[in-house]
Amino acid sequence: MPLSNINWFKYAAPQTFYDLAGKLIPWFAVGALLLGIAGLSVGLLIAPSDAQQGDAYRIIFVHVPAAWMSMLLYLLVAFWAAIGLIFNARLASMLALALAPTGALMTFIALFTGALWGKPTWGAWWVWDARLTSELILLFLYIGFLSLHAAIDDPRRADRSAAVLALIGVINVPIIYFSVKWWNTLHQGATISMTKAPTMASQMLLGMLLMAGSFWLYAIATSLYRCRTLVLEREEHAAWIMKEAQ
Amino acid sequence: MTGALHLFTAMGALVQRDLSLVLRRKNDSLATLFFFAVVASLFPLGVGPEPKLLQLIAPGMLWIAALLAAMLSLNRLFADDFQDGTLDLLLLSTIPLPLAVLAKMIAHWLSSGLLLSFAAVVLALQFNLTGESVLILFLSLILGTPLFSLIGGIGAALTLGTRGGGVLLSLLILPLLIPVLIFGAGAVEAHQAGQSVAGHFYLLGALFVLSLFFAPLATAVSLRIAVE
Amino acid sequence: MPATNSPNFFKQSLLLENLACTRGGVALFANLTRSIAPGQLLHIAGKNGSGKSSLLRILCGLLSPSSGQVKWSGQSIRADAEQFNAQLIYLGHIPALKGDLTAAENIYSAALCRQETPSMHAVETALATAGLPSLAHKMVRTLSQGQKQRIALAQLHLKPSKQFWLLDEPFNALDADANYALQKCLQSHLALGGIIALSSHQEILLNTNNALVRVEL
Repeated sequence: MPLSNINWFKYAAPQTFYDLAGKLIPWFAVGALLLGIAGLSVGLLIAPSDAQQGDAYRIIFVHVPAAWMSMLLYLLVAFWAAIGLIFNARLASMLALALAPTGALMTFIALFTGALWGKPTWGAWWVWDARLTSELILLFLYIGFLSLHAAIDDPRRADRSAAVLALIGVINVPIIYFSVKWWNTLHQGATISMTKAPTMASQMLLGMLLMAGSFWLYAIATSLYRCRTLVLEREEHAAWIMKEAQ
Repeated sequence: MTGALHLFTAMGALVQRDLSLVLRRKNDSLATLFFFAVVASLFPLGVGPEPKLLQLIAPGMLWIAALLAAMLSLNRLFADDFQDGTLDLLLLSTIPLPLAVLAKMIAHWLSSGLLLSFAAVVLALQFNLTGESVLILFLSLILGTPLFSLIGGIGAALTLGTRGGGVLLSLLILPLLIPVLIFGAGAVEAHQAGQSVAGHFYLLGALFVLSLFFAPLATAVSLRIAVE
Repeated sequence: MPATNSPNFFKQSLLLENLACTRGGVALFANLTRSIAPGQLLHIAGKNGSGKSSLLRILCGLLSPSSGQVKWSGQSIRADAEQFNAQLIYLGHIPALKGDLTAAENIYSAALCRQETPSMHAVETALATAGLPSLAHKMVRTLSQGQKQRIALAQLHLKPSKQFWLLDEPFNALDADANYALQKCLQSHLALGGIIALSSHQEILLNTNNALVRVEL
């Protein structure tokens, strides 16, 4: 059907979203589980041991997808927050708020697994290499977004202020990453890169992609769920919720 | 009779007004400086008085202390005006809001960042830095501290009237100022290592120019959101 | 009668189009439409918390309505904010004064935001007209609530006069004399074609018919 006929804003109405999301969540959840099982099987069982790192490298199947997701989700948070700010769309802002905790979780998982990888491989729980340090700063950006939102009582003001912060964060991320790389190369003699992946056998790549897919579907499922909760909280007084409750 | 003011003259007059307010409450500015000195003294107390070690950590440490002191001083950028209602006057001004905001940021820098840069020269004496290193430190702070006021101003506007005050502001803004810290402290460290400082200053300068343009705009948007 | 043919007569009019306002999840008012011509006063009445201050802030652009728009001389006030700002003076619920400045410095500072530089003489005259000649060089934080209110109101006497006056509870803390003086001041402004939007518990008596437009929130 021609583009002009599609009501783009139909799903921007909280009620329509609520119903649609409710139907979709179980599918995403199941999909996440299946992809996760597939990914872990490939990663833990099928992919060969690495020549240098042995089996310790297998943490990469969680670490790398989590890192990818943490960055992707931050972009999405900024995107939806911007839509909410520019078009005054409440649901877009709620979606941004719903995505943020999952993004922060992914960042934390990336850092945690990074540390777990570091211990057997390099003997240290933490190494200040460029990527891990940037990941840490990304975690701070997520926490800043969530803290600002929590500190403001009025929901709309909270949405919009946090949106400005997220946009500034997104613009700053490349600058921060560049400056951390600069800092890293200046200070370190031997460049120890935590995330220098072993040369990829194709099964390794497959495993990481499957896990990435799993995390992606998981993120969608949890964010939709969280967003539904936000819709319930914020639209408390709306007639359709009163009817639902009866 | 009244006369109409040209835009830049009006901005200059705003800077003057803010500065005269600061002068009437000197304590705020002085407190920021003393906080800087206290934090700078904590480092040797925390890591030990070994001169070689102190010489090594001095640039980073003085930069961090300046950063923290600036974070605490950012509160007075908009909070007082918000409290007594005069922020409305700024929002209803015929001067474009980003320019009025820039005027306030300039006044803020003159009463905090600039003073911190001079104070750093004095404190650097405690850490055995060579004369040239101190000069590089001073110049890096002169170029970097305006960024504290510019980017910090965005945070001040976003956190207007919220619970959590200074801590929340610092949490939001410190990650964004990491590049400034890296290039600023890095310049002095590069000099100490006998390397060229030009790259660091170019990068600081680039950040300064970018922020000079974007930060007042972002702050103006944030103020309108915060006041609604 | 308003001197409509006088060259000094203000000409712009104000239009409230379908204004709605929601604060903290509560709908304060909706579908508010009013037209205010030069020489008319918009009296915003209502209980505490009914949205009087919010409406005033919407009218000067500090607050965005949840729907609808405000039009000044046919154009949305958002279209050219600085142009609009040049034609109004807003006195909020709390007198916008800095405690660490003197009364005269405060008035000067507020004028600065409008890119005006009144002479010290003009400021002192304004304060004298408001009945506070001796307070010009006193620090505002040493003054009483009523005195602060009157200092804020003194700005209305500065020339050049602005057409659109927005006053939030201007009669607060005023004694009988000051109250009367303010009423006279409002009258003469309306005679020049000025438009006043004010919120107040007390009734406003105007000596011209059709000069009062009332909104009950």
